[in-house]
Amino acid sequence: MVPISYYLILSGILFACGVIGFLIKRNIITIFMSIELMLNGVNLSFVAFAAQWGHLSGQIFVFFVMVVAAAETAVGLAIIIAVFRTRETLNVDQVNLLKL
Amino acid sequence: MLHLVLFLVFAAICVAGAVNLLVQKHPISSALSLVVVMASLAVEYLLLGAEFVAAVQVIVYAGAVMVLFVFVIMLLNAGEEETTKGSRVALVLGVPGALAGGLLVAWVLIRHSGDTALSLGALPGYPKTIGWLLFHEFLLPFEVTSILVLIAILGAVFLAAKPETPPAPTGRKG
Amino acid sequence: MSSLQVFILASVIKIVLVIFILLTAVAYTVWLERKVVGHMQNRWGPSRVGPFGLLQPLADGIKFLVKEDLTPPHVYKPLFIAAPMIAVICALTSISVIPFGTAIVVRGYTIPLQITDLNVGLLVILGITSVGVYGVALAGWSSNSKYSLLGGLRASAQMVSYEICLGLSLVGVLIVSGSFSLREIVESQSGHFWGFIPKWNIFYGCQFVAFFIYLMAAYAETNRIPFDLPEAETELVAGYHTEYSAMKFAMFFMAEYANMITVACLATLLFLGGWSGPVFGPPLLQVILPTFWFVAKIFVFLFIYIWVRGTLPRFRYDQLMAFGWKFLFPLAIANLVITALVVAYRS
Repeated sequence: MVPISYYLILSGILFACGVIGFLIKRNIITIFMSIELMLNGVNLSFVAFAAQWGHLSGQIFVFFVMVVAAAETAVGLAIIIAVFRTRETLNVDQVNLLKL
Repeated sequence: MLHLVLFLVFAAICVAGAVNLLVQKHPISSALSLVVVMASLAVEYLLLGAEFVAAVQVIVYAGAVMVLFVFVIMLLNAGEEETTKGSRVALVLGVPGALAGGLLVAWVLIRHSGDTALSLGALPGYPKTIGWLLFHEFLLPFEVTSILVLIAILGAVFLAAKPETPPAPTGRKG
Repeated sequence: MSSLQVFILASVIKIVLVIFILLTAVAYTVWLERKVVGHMQNRWGPSRVGPFGLLQPLADGIKFLVKEDLTPPHVYKPLFIAAPMIAVICALTSISVIPFGTAIVVRGYTIPLQITDLNVGLLVILGITSVGVYGVALAGWSSNSKYSLLGGLRASAQMVSYEICLGLSLVGVLIVSGSFSLREIVESQSGHFWGFIPKWNIFYGCQFVAFFIYLMAAYAETNRIPFDLPEAETELVAGYHTEYSAMKFAMFFMAEYANMITVACLATLLFLGGWSGPVFGPPLLQVILPTFWFVAKIFVFLFIYIWVRGTLPRFRYDQLMAFGWKFLFPLAIANLVITALVVAYRS
């Protein structure tokens, strides 16, 4: 019997780690992975609330979040590859001018 | 009791993976720690009874999305990250500040969540019930997400394709 | 003894027995392949070590154990060592949800011949197959050599593409049987129709197209001819396992053959009725015969695998990807739609 607050705290920790990673990392791929971490934290809280209220739509929403995350990953990584081809760098600090 | 122990073990693995993602310098190590986070999250879903969601988490997230990440890291030959010198003040104030904020939120959550405790396998997460819901109540979002995936595939293929080189001029005059 | 203690004891015995049998089966599948391919090429296979070369796997095992395990200096060590482990762990774990026969009754306790019967057993196997791609990709990348990287990238791209066709071909079976649990899928295929034809999914469930797609996707997933460009000796030296020697190479080898056996088990369970077959005789025979039919069907599959290996040339990489995406994928979706229509019409 685990109180629901434990699940929410775990979800919050994952989300916080995602936000910190998004802010302090300089590699674009790692920033992207922090976004995925945030989405995972949110998924956990969806399922925990679905279990608390007995409402299955929490689980269904997790599916939609996963689908959106997968689609966003595909397109985002394609953009990263396209940017890498022209700029030759993955460091976001160096992609700061519109002109090459 | 077993529920609490299993929850704590896999929550610890989750948090360790998340912190490892932040600490590691090479993106491939961050990617692999994210895979560990996703796998332990799948176990957490199983503990709540959402078995279908757990299986889909492993298949889609850990088995497809993260493979895509690992591919891109391997293709672009991403090396170790160069760190800019961060400010000392931010580190000294920021880390304890974040911890204090986090502890405050945790305390408020524990205080105000009352007696609601989740038992092992609380959700009826059978594929049958989820399938029924997906095709009856949530049919419209389901179909719309399929169109979303189609658009994402088209976009990814178009964006990542090599730019077409113009055809080499032939030596003959037309 | 309480039922919990019986459960734990039975599970431990089952795990030890299944791992032991699986590893022996892997070793003797290698022997079978060398013998069969040899005979197809009009030569004896291994025939000197023991009668009919039956001790050859033992000799190979000893060789792998005592060979020098070389770690080249330019590799990324943590992943170099972890990659074969990931491959082997995934290959051996997927056998845990496969039922080998009906339940046996010992002193009043019913023990199913399956390590665990999950509600989502089929999805677990798909998930473990998806995670197994990491072993290949990381092996190719961590070896820090161009042959390995190319082989690793090609192999993982191929495995990821054909996983889609594998999953879609199984959805037809799921629609017909209505459950993800492997035991229930097999039990829905018991019985006969039209008198003597067994109600297997490939006949009564009309899943022969799905069977064909599953077979092709399985050959591509396990990197076997005609889809074995990632490890072709004449193209890429040895693909993603170029830099591996001795025990680590043996682990990749074991993982490949264990995957073959798992895929053959799944094909019998889902399409050929699992352990259904004529059962007769005294009670002891009634327990052993279903497992015997199961093993016989797996043996037929492995023979077809090896037969195809000895006969067909290999696909070029672009032909391979075009086959997976432009032919098998639409065919699998068409099979899915038609199966759904047929099932809706029947009920």
